[in-house]
Amino acid sequence: MDPLLKLDDFTMHYRTKAGWVQAVDGVTLSLARGQALGLVGESGCGKTSIAMSVMKLLPYNSKVVRGRILFEGRDIYSMTDGEVRKMRWKGVAMIFQAAMNSLNPVYRVGNQIVEAIVTHEPETSEEEAWARVRSLFELVGIPKERMYHYPHEYSGGMKQRAVIAMALACNPKMIIADEPTTALDVIVQDKILREMDQIRRKINMSMIYISHDVSVIAEVSDVVAVMYAGKLVELGQADDVFKRPRHPYTYALMRAYPSILGEKHELATIPGEPPNLLDPPSGCRFHPRCDRASAECSKADPMWREICPGHYCTCHNPVEIGGTWVGQVRSGKAADGGDQLGTSSNS
Amino acid sequence: MALPATADAADAILRVEHLCKYYPVSRGLFQRRQLLLHAVDNVSFEVKRGEVLGLVGESGCGKTTTGRLIARLTFPTTGRIFVDNADVSKIQGADMAEFRKKIQMIFQDPYESLDPRMTIFDIVAEPLNVNGMGNLEEREQRVAEMLSLVGISPPSAFLFRFPHELSGGQRQRVAIARALVMNPTFVVADEPTSMLDVSIRTGIMKLLAQLREDLGISYLYITHDLAVARYLCDRIAVMYLGKIVEVAEAEEIIKEPLHPYTRALISAVPVPDPAVKRPVPTIKGGVSKPINPPRRCRFYERCPVAKSTCAEQDHPAPREVSGGHFAACHQL
Repeated sequence: MDPLLKLDDFTMHYRTKAGWVQAVDGVTLSLARGQALGLVGESGCGKTSIAMSVMKLLPYNSKVVRGRILFEGRDIYSMTDGEVRKMRWKGVAMIFQAAMNSLNPVYRVGNQIVEAIVTHEPETSEEEAWARVRSLFELVGIPKERMYHYPHEYSGGMKQRAVIAMALACNPKMIIADEPTTALDVIVQDKILREMDQIRRKINMSMIYISHDVSVIAEVSDVVAVMYAGKLVELGQADDVFKRPRHPYTYALMRAYPSILGEKHELATIPGEPPNLLDPPSGCRFHPRCDRASAECSKADPMWREICPGHYCTCHNPVEIGGTWVGQVRSGKAADGGDQLGTSSNS
Repeated sequence: MALPATADAADAILRVEHLCKYYPVSRGLFQRRQLLLHAVDNVSFEVKRGEVLGLVGESGCGKTTTGRLIARLTFPTTGRIFVDNADVSKIQGADMAEFRKKIQMIFQDPYESLDPRMTIFDIVAEPLNVNGMGNLEEREQRVAEMLSLVGISPPSAFLFRFPHELSGGQRQRVAIARALVMNPTFVVADEPTSMLDVSIRTGIMKLLAQLREDLGISYLYITHDLAVARYLCDRIAVMYLGKIVEVAEAEEIIKEPLHPYTRALISAVPVPDPAVKRPVPTIKGGVSKPINPPRRCRFYERCPVAKSTCAEQDHPAPREVSGGHFAACHQL
């Protein structure tokens, strides 16, 4: 079956006073119907730029340099404005970062959702739209009398639920959730992630979760894509990426995360800082911070290749499965066996 | 509800006894009954010399207020704070300057806590200037020393730069250098890593741990992230609506939490392993605000194990369930 969404060598740059920022570079991935993709990376690595590109909401100073984004087999960047408008909300809906601020403070929450429905489905009457809002509120777990309240009367978690209800309003085939729970406390975050996951499975919707938090991505994704400095560095089934990471960046990222699970392991530090995308390093963008870098890495950009079935990675010297991470040997620390990530072994 | 001292009093660098901070909440002009928000309510704990105590809780639970009270950035309603056995609220005049040298604070957001118009040198040297320490040359030397200590090297390349030229991780390092330049014995660190990216965060966590080893600094580490607290703290205190509900060794509280709130909190923390399915937390409802709270357990409305007797009694006092593990619950 055709994938619902396909990015094909997608490259997008921003023009700034200082020059061109290479925000998204050669990203290739696809998303099947009903699948949940987790896009993880640090701030400024291009996660949100990809979301905005898929929604075709890029600012005036952006330029698609190469590649295509296909939604249901159609190139988004050759659609007319009218077609894009139809695709938004009904095809792809988005939950923006800091959702609490994406509600209009001077309209009742119900009215805002009704407006979205009536705008995108002109054949729907207002009564029908209100009825739909009522059932959406039930679905996301807000008491329905709250429809007539203003956003300031909601708590943070409730605003987040309202924004999720709004994204679901026109029965989209796919939702992009950009850091949907970042500003929330853990107990509320847990509830919302569980609810979103249930709803997604119930109506067989596709989902892209964007987060900097590896553990949030681990909880909700079928497929995980790791980004670094505008490039996709690793893509695979969640289990593969978490348990058998092949790219040195993914490997270090997984080990840099403190967890409350299992025994304490030594936290990995990645030396240096993410590069400036105005002038990214030559070759592999991770090579100045990478422990496994060889002479080749600073010269040639590594190919995007399928390293195991369904597991893609761009690296000249990928981490061997069950092998020793060079960084551990260099820092004089023997790999500690039996940690919960199951990535290290005896040296 | 004083916690019994775990060792002799001289061993504790910080002792907090029955600390309360109530904020008046305005409810219109003619409201006669005054409403009080119990931000910190009868909190007692101590931090031993060289120890890191983690103060963990959700937003609005009073953890930052507790930190600010200790650094004397605000005054308690009642209760006492002892630093090195000196009552903080009684410090006046010249002693205040000494106290300020001893206690320092690291703030959450390095984008807000550094003056954009000051150079890195000015920022780190400001405490020295205020206290009239050394001449310009000595100050420069001290600042360079501090910057290399926190991993900003070479310091000479950074001394005359401005905060906007630095990355988030570097800024937080500068903020740490500023906090440490007066050789404090106690540092209140208010979520110093929550604004930073993972690859940078580990570096700052390791730096804080290293500085504790090298300089013998004790910390109160305020965070909402239990996993970070587990890695950095010796003991963890969990706060809920202005009350400390549980205190224990970090590893013990993570592995064997006793209070129903701590249990819910721990089961809600996502784990970086897709194969693990966590149990659904049994906690009900959402966090309210402790405005004129009824005289009963703060957690009563949301508690999965609450019995009717919990509603009839005052908020439970923490009691020692096992060695050094305190929990405040009627049902234990």
